[in-house]
Amino acid sequence: MKKIIFGIAFLIFFSFLIVSAINMRTFGEPAYSEMDDYFIENAQSETGANNVVTSVVFDYRGFDTLGEATVLFTAVVGVIALFRGVKK
Amino acid sequence: MIGNLPYVAVVIFIGLGIYTLMFKKNLIKIAIGVVLIENGVNLFLITLGYRKGAIAPIYTQAPSGQAMVLPTPQALTLTSIVIGIATTALILSVAMMIYKHYGTLDTDEVRRLKG
Amino acid sequence: MKEMSRIVKTVTNFVYGFIIIFGFYIIAHGHLTPGGGFQGGAVVGSAFALLLVSYGSLNSQKFLKKDILSLFEGFGLILFIVLGFSGLGITFFYNFLANSGGWFGNAAVIGVNPGNMNTGGVIPLMNIAVGLEVLSAFGVIVLTMASAAEFTKKKEKS
Repeated sequence: MKKIIFGIAFLIFFSFLIVSAINMRTFGEPAYSEMDDYFIENAQSETGANNVVTSVVFDYRGFDTLGEATVLFTAVVGVIALFRGVKK
Repeated sequence: MIGNLPYVAVVIFIGLGIYTLMFKKNLIKIAIGVVLIENGVNLFLITLGYRKGAIAPIYTQAPSGQAMVLPTPQALTLTSIVIGIATTALILSVAMMIYKHYGTLDTDEVRRLKG
Repeated sequence: MKEMSRIVKTVTNFVYGFIIIFGFYIIAHGHLTPGGGFQGGAVVGSAFALLLVSYGSLNSQKFLKKDILSLFEGFGLILFIVLGFSGLGITFFYNFLANSGGWFGNAAVIGVNPGNMNTGGVIPLMNIAVGLEVLSAFGVIVLTMASAAEFTKKKEKS
């Protein structure tokens, strides 16, 4: 009984997802691209790097990358602390 | 319809992940569902930033005069992939510890309290 | 994890050096070609996983030291934070080396160019810092989970 109710709910949710995917804007034509055009135009003169993605990751959004590195460090610390008592 | 096929692929990824989370009881299968949803979201971000007929946003020996793909969704996806790997490692470690304590991976049998 | 057959170990001895050097190439050229710290670190981490799978977790602890890898990880994160704080005269994460003429300070040619290694300001240094952190993080995760899996299997048998 529970499984049937869950299945009906899942089917309704999935059909809504499919309808919204079909009704989205056409693939390959971004609606708003002013910020990215600024990055593509000015990344070489402002940061001096040829790779625009790297200059976004490390220069324009460096604080984001700092948080990401902290998340990776915390995950490693969590794995080590979880297996700390395990001796071979 | 046929032009929006990448969005349909994203929806199938996320739908399969949610189906796995709702109906499966094994912890490893639940981890696979979480990874499926992650991959769907990454594909969605990349799909939003695509421009038809454009090249990657790198100037080293690129063909001149071409339009370039939006760089910001690619940067966000880059950070998202590494965070996904870290959380997947943590989920699998917790599953290993649960298997060591309880001797099973079924979520219905893990419920009982045990020191 | 037991060690695998002699064929696998021979192929691993051939290949793993090339994989590690390719990863460091991706890290060092992150501001010119596709790639960067995260991707190159992941490539080097896959070389560590290859060594671990082919030699087994007990044998590979002789040449993959977990303590040295965790030291590298802390060093990478601290180097990244120090590089972020050094631009604090203007803003946090300011690119203070770009177009200055010193280290990595040449101005890039605007438009399509063949690429100059000495550009990018603080970005190549940050690539190296993040690459060190990611490769040692993957190595530590893989080594720790492999040794814990050994213990889980032993307890299951007894």
